Amino acid sequence: MLQTAFNALALGSVYALMAVGIGLVFGVLRLVNFAYGQLIMAGAYTLAIGSEHSWPQWASVLACFGVVIGLSLLLEVGLFRPLRGASPATMLVATFAVAFLLQSIALLKFGSLVKTASIFPGLFDPVGHGQFETVRKITIVAIVAAMVALAALTLLLAKTTIGLHMRAAAADFRTARLLGVRANEVVTLAVVISGVLAAAVAVILVVEDPFVEPQFALRDTIIVLVGVVVGGLDRLWTATLGGFAIGVATSVFTDELSSAHSVYVDSFVFGLVIIVLLLRPEGLFAPFRARTVERA
Amino acid sequence: MRLAARLPEVVVPALLVAAVALLGTFTTRANQIHFRAALVDVAIVVGLYVFIGNSGVLSFGQISFVAVGAFAAGLMTISVGVKRGIMPTLFPVLKDHSLGNVESLLLAAGLGAVFALIVGLPLMRLSGLAAGIATFAVLGITHNVLFNYTKIGPGATALTNIPETTGLLQGMIGAVIAIAVAWIYQLSRFGRMLRATREDPAAAQAVGVSIHRQRLLAFTLSGALCGFAGGLFVHQAGTITTEDVYLNLTFLTLAMLVVGGVGSLLGAVVGALLVSGVNSFLVTAEGGIHILGMKIDLTDGTHLVVLGAAMAVVLVLRPSGLTGGREFHLPRRLARGRG
Repeated sequence: MLQTAFNALALGSVYALMAVGIGLVFGVLRLVNFAYGQLIMAGAYTLAIGSEHSWPQWASVLACFGVVIGLSLLLEVGLFRPLRGASPATMLVATFAVAFLLQSIALLKFGSLVKTASIFPGLFDPVGHGQFETVRKITIVAIVAAMVALAALTLLLAKTTIGLHMRAAAADFRTARLLGVRANEVVTLAVVISGVLAAAVAVILVVEDPFVEPQFALRDTIIVLVGVVVGGLDRLWTATLGGFAIGVATSVFTDELSSAHSVYVDSFVFGLVIIVLLLRPEGLFAPFRARTVERA
Repeated sequence: MRLAARLPEVVVPALLVAAVALLGTFTTRANQIHFRAALVDVAIVVGLYVFIGNSGVLSFGQISFVAVGAFAAGLMTISVGVKRGIMPTLFPVLKDHSLGNVESLLLAAGLGAVFALIVGLPLMRLSGLAAGIATFAVLGITHNVLFNYTKIGPGATALTNIPETTGLLQGMIGAVIAIAVAWIYQLSRFGRMLRATREDPAAAQAVGVSIHRQRLLAFTLSGALCGFAGGLFVHQAGTITTEDVYLNLTFLTLAMLVVGGVGSLLGAVVGALLVSGVNSFLVTAEGGIHILGMKIDLTDGTHLVVLGAAMAVVLVLRPSGLTGGREFHLPRRLARGRG
């Protein structure tokens, strides 16, 4: 019971971090970044290479952040910027193409066999004895890391000028620009923050599951993408809650379904998603308001 | 516009398909597989286009209809004796009956349509991202069930021993049927009503068009075409796993549609043939080929990298696809000459 609760909280926290990363970029660019999981995968491979060459752990982690942020910026300059204002379908398929590209590069370079990344192996130990034997340290670390990151981000958005600019850009990009918000600055910051979050998620996921392969974090990304839409992508906090909720739901289904049914976890989660979307197409956590005619 | 003037919209894509099939007859037996696969890709992408192109709603779920059609057509054409041997857990009704080739394709189309109708009835109320994610959830559930439920299929193992009946001729006929159905639909009043909802939902509703009903119709038709294409797919390959009709195929076919241009039948056909062709070329090049006296020998796996990069570049340079979403029209002078 305790284990189920902690697992659910931890997975929810990690998914919430990913949801923020996806939601921030969506806020300013109206772009669903499907390649987010491959950024995490790139970070995970960096960690694996680090432990292969026995770099010091801080160097591996630093390299992981560097690679992921660098790739994010590359994506922004090479893809997001030229596509700014294109139709959502085009942007989504373009990020598919990038996801596909990064995954194929990983397959070409590292093969389909798993690479083992041993980073902070001590975190895999249980927290305590008795009842706490089933709870691992990384679970607590994940929850704390998510809370710290979310608090920092909330402060940034609420208390700084650039945070205000970002919120303005997310509410109405054109008007914000007319009022003097620098578009590129705001977008770049959003992309960098989302990269930092992806790198942090990569570290957490690698500690939890040190076997890195080209499809690393793919399933998680798909579930989070579903989660942010279910929560409501129009606002950052609803998207984050959506990510958290789907993480909790997935974890609880995984732990609680009997083994005969546990293979159908995805069906249960997706079935729940369909029901929620039908009842609340605007997003589960979106505020109630008069139904508007759909936007063209 | 008079019907004759719009005929090139269907004739040109059909001729492209026929040309590819004809070209296929001149190649070696080993290379023919690429041409057959390209024809099947056309059928699938046209199936996607009927819904996504005409409604403007992004759906990731159409490949689940391909999957259902493919598994149904494959399962029902394997001989009864073999089925009893390799899949003893099947429902008796599936295990003890077998169908011919054409019947299996009709069954695939019918199942695709019924499945799409049932799914679409609630889901077609959604639009935008919610519709995209909900249809994706359908794909996830379809894959999850097909992968685990061994009473309706092979589960995690490959379905094999399927008669390979989709040759170049059948592939071509199948693709042309899909193109013709898609064209007739988009000419019909239903197709026009759906396109009206795509351009301006509020105005379309104001003149009495039911968005839900029109989308549902297109979704069901698209389901039928996708199921049918799934039947062609499985009879082309002769073997299938649940992974063959899941994420990669979804992304690849959507990319074909977007690269060609979501808004037109021509775009769907051109995108499918082009991406499929480039893909096949690169796969062959990985085995080493000679072109114009140069020997090209790529590392295994290069084709995926090049394909991903090429798709991204095309989308950056031409965000509305190679055809820009336009149908084929004769140059004005020629069209007037014909009256």
